[in-house]
Amino acid sequence: MDLLINHFWELTITGLAIGAVYALVALGYTMVYGVLRLINFAHSEVFMWGSFAAVWALMAVGAGKASGLGLAGYLVIGFVAAMTVSALIAMLLERVAYRPLRKRNSPPLIALISAIGASFALSELMGLRDKPLGWFNLENLRDYLGRPRENLPLPLQIQTKAVFPVFNYDVTNIDLIVLLSAIVMMVILDQFIRRSRLGRGIRAVAMDPEAAALMGINRDRVIRLTFLIGGIMAGAAAMMYLLKIGVTRYNAGFILGVKAFTAAVLGGIGNIRGALLGGFVLGVAENYGSALFGSQWKDVVAFLLLVVILLFRPTGLLGESLGKARA
Amino acid sequence: MRVLLEVDDLCVNYGRIEAIRNVSFTVDEGEIVTLIGANGAGKTTTMKTVSGLRPVRLGSIRFQGKDITNMPAHDRPVLGIAQSPEGRGCFVGMSVLENLDMGAYARKDRKSPKVKEDLDRVFGLFPRLAERKSQVAGTMSGGEQQMLAIGRALMADPKLLLLDEPSMGLAPKLIQQIFDIVTEINKQGTTVLLVEQNAAQALKRAHRAYILETGEIVREGTGAELAADPAVKAAYLGGDT
Repeated sequence: MDLLINHFWELTITGLAIGAVYALVALGYTMVYGVLRLINFAHSEVFMWGSFAAVWALMAVGAGKASGLGLAGYLVIGFVAAMTVSALIAMLLERVAYRPLRKRNSPPLIALISAIGASFALSELMGLRDKPLGWFNLENLRDYLGRPRENLPLPLQIQTKAVFPVFNYDVTNIDLIVLLSAIVMMVILDQFIRRSRLGRGIRAVAMDPEAAALMGINRDRVIRLTFLIGGIMAGAAAMMYLLKIGVTRYNAGFILGVKAFTAAVLGGIGNIRGALLGGFVLGVAENYGSALFGSQWKDVVAFLLLVVILLFRPTGLLGESLGKARA
Repeated sequence: MRVLLEVDDLCVNYGRIEAIRNVSFTVDEGEIVTLIGANGAGKTTTMKTVSGLRPVRLGSIRFQGKDITNMPAHDRPVLGIAQSPEGRGCFVGMSVLENLDMGAYARKDRKSPKVKEDLDRVFGLFPRLAERKSQVAGTMSGGEQQMLAIGRALMADPKLLLLDEPSMGLAPKLIQQIFDIVTEINKQGTTVLLVEQNAAQALKRAHRAYILETGEIVREGTGAELAADPAVKAAYLGGDT
């Protein structure tokens, strides 16, 4: 208890920072669910591939200790690499694992199996990434890849600095970078969905696919766009995760994916603002929980919270707004 | 008068079940044409096939002479086909204004002042919608949602307006009002294809009518002819016209 009280602000701020990562990944789950009524279980791997892309891109440009303008440059490179690769993987996933099934009007359960299969395939592909080197005589790339089933560290090193105090906690530059970039991404997305023509198309398809078609909205294009946006957000989250955690590995997506999915359900699946709220709530609750019961109980607290909230609000904190729209 | 819509020997299935069989009809420019029939006769299936929501098994659909049989639904609004679907299909999470905006989504001239004129036209026909511009569609009554669905279809500036059961679930007074507005829309120059269970009103308003029974067209004629026919009276009008 003392730990929670003495470190309340530290736990809150760092909880918000990791919560921002959950929230951005949760967006991908919730938006795809909104337009397809499908849980894209392979979304965690979209995140994981983005994290590797950031690490490799930064290794390629020789990133090391950095500060000031140099740091800003490396951050841009890391974010762009992660977002690009995650977006590509997400679109590939839609093209290969879901669209063929959709065209044949498969039942939802089939798409779910396809999602789980795609998740394993993408994860193991990364976990076995050293194998193809021998086949193609690219052994000299081995140093870059790292040991395939172990942690790969982010080469970029940032000197942690206190930026400004919030009560008794000094917010660090890393917290600040993570939180600010998350907020920028969220505001852009929220405005895009609410105000732009394409954003309204996405909402229309989520509310009533048939009526949307009658308005002249191409559902396939909306679905592709949704995967693209989800991928971009997951890529941004991957770079933030690296800044906070410092390493990635082939199965880094698994627990994070489960947490992000939990955040989406917590906020109300299908609801974009719900996913954001759910992510932050989960991140903060986890931190408080680990302060109260010890960090090994962190995940237990997170999932107990989910169960308790769903007992009282079965459609999540903000309700399944798009689902209700179906009735 | 030129033919706007030609439907020839249309067959549509739901799985193995034949929903409609050899349905043929035409709609001329400027007309109100109605398809009437009992529940399950295939009226809504016909409508959804014309707007592209159902795949055609056999037969053809031509619009302004162009074959659109296999054109995807989302490409048809640009040609000038707009539908107010059965059950209204309003975007319940959006405001009235946003819904009307969605109606103009596919228009090539969506940035031109013509859209504003069409919005004023819709508000002229449905003053209630003008009063409730920013209300969320899901919180409106059935009648208001019906007005919104018709208004939204008009925002596409259609050459052919498809109305699927606009009177469904409405109070008698409101039904009268909705049909008055349908007649008014037609007088303003929009061709209307109307599917109705309320045969009395539909026959009264329509220039021509077709009767669907278990997936086939069994009678056709002018609205007045059919309304005066004793067999039609007995089967569809129940004596109260």
